[in-house]
Amino acid sequence: MEKPKLVEYKRPKHINDYPTGPTTEGGKLVEKNAGWRTYKPVVDKEKCVNCLRCYLVCPDGVIFKSEGKVDIDYDFCKGCGICEYECKLDAIKMIKEDK
Amino acid sequence: MSNNKCFVSGDEAVALGARLARPNVISAYPITPQTIVVERLSEFVEDGSLEAEFMHVESEHSAMSAAMGVSSVGARAFTATSSQGLLHMSEGLHYASGARFPIVMMNANRALAVPWSIYGDQSDSMSQLNSGWIQVYVEDAQEALDMTIQAYKIAEDENVLTPFMVNLDGFILTHTYELLNVPNQEKVDEFLPKYETENKMDLENPKSLCFSSTPLDNLEFKYQQHMAMINSKEVIEKVDKDYGDKFGRYYGGLIEEYKCDDASVLLVTVGSVTGTARVVVDNMRSEGIKVGLVKLRYMRPFPEEKIIELSKNVDKIGVIDKNISHGYEGTVFTHINSALSKMNNSPKTINFIGGMGGRDISKEDIKDIFKSLLKTTNEDKEKTVQFIGMGCEIDE
Repeated sequence: MEKPKLVEYKRPKHINDYPTGPTTEGGKLVEKNAGWRTYKPVVDKEKCVNCLRCYLVCPDGVIFKSEGKVDIDYDFCKGCGICEYECKLDAIKMIKEDK
Repeated sequence: MSNNKCFVSGDEAVALGARLARPNVISAYPITPQTIVVERLSEFVEDGSLEAEFMHVESEHSAMSAAMGVSSVGARAFTATSSQGLLHMSEGLHYASGARFPIVMMNANRALAVPWSIYGDQSDSMSQLNSGWIQVYVEDAQEALDMTIQAYKIAEDENVLTPFMVNLDGFILTHTYELLNVPNQEKVDEFLPKYETENKMDLENPKSLCFSSTPLDNLEFKYQQHMAMINSKEVIEKVDKDYGDKFGRYYGGLIEEYKCDDASVLLVTVGSVTGTARVVVDNMRSEGIKVGLVKLRYMRPFPEEKIIELSKNVDKIGVIDKNISHGYEGTVFTHINSALSKMNNSPKTINFIGGMGGRDISKEDIKDIFKSLLKTTNEDKEKTVQFIGMGCEIDE
């Protein structure tokens, strides 16, 4: 369940510092991407039994374990709600974002 | 024996050239007049003479998409298309060049619908000049085979990494049989070793390919792509020389000059019509008329420096276009004029549009073109865009 780490993007100073074509080493993220989320999934840690079904179905790979429990990376969650729909124990609820 | 001779069509010459280049995967969809290329390559895979995967895809869009997949794992990809098929994969053309995948593709130059036509002209590839592909136009089957091999050498060069389109005039070249020298496989292997690249998906060294960019970096990637194409000019000249040294056939690199030295009038041709024009130049020279011929081999990168150099001591230049950008002029003509605008006292230029939709351009047509160029003066208001070989009268 290793997620790519968010690293600071340093813009190349010279054109030769760019990679050949738009490529980079894998497992690297340079910016957060969650701005279009309206509802966010919230995990009820009492109800959650760590079955990890949500982890398997999350299309963006933002579900991970923290201190033995399921957690969500809100920097990248788009708020699609698939995890809520798929959770058999109703341990995930989509809550409207405060904006 | 270092060379094997055989009597084959232009399409078969391309297939033989592709086999010698040892692609790992061929993904292609048949279309007239390219079909024989695909047929022969599938036969080569079937009979074991080519160790490659042959993918029967459902469309040209898929053919190009599959070729990108092949290239993205560092393997060598080959495909071939024509006309409507080329346009159907147009999205993929830009994608492949942006991704810097050195895919090689044969394109059989054919008219675009409508009127529906399976016959030859160069409207298809000329409409794709901005797709970021190197474009060469060949004159005969031998050049088609040789350029299919050279294409990989140029495209895969680390300073180029740009996809490569080998253009053959539909039917005139694809279906005409010629005596062909087929190079020895060992020598081709020496000339064109296995493709090695860092730009690939690899379990040992995971990479993210073809990512998105914000407005902060897009221009930089496009600049880089442009410079790679500019760099390819030098590589094209070097590969032409190296290929000639090894196999005995030189093509002149970006352009071939034919009897241009003391000529006052030049004709610029692209593709198979060059062969006809050579005969006309020889005939007129034997009558003491100093005309010359410029075989423009590459449309991308465009050899503007060479065009300018050749035009310094010339009064008039004619350009044959087997395509037209409706409402303006032939595409080759626009390019020649753009190059000439960068010199002082540029020669007068006239555009001759013809050979569209499979119509022949005859020796007589070319002789008329030269005569028209010779009698034109700089003050003449003669139309700069003329249609040759019209089948009916038009209002002047």
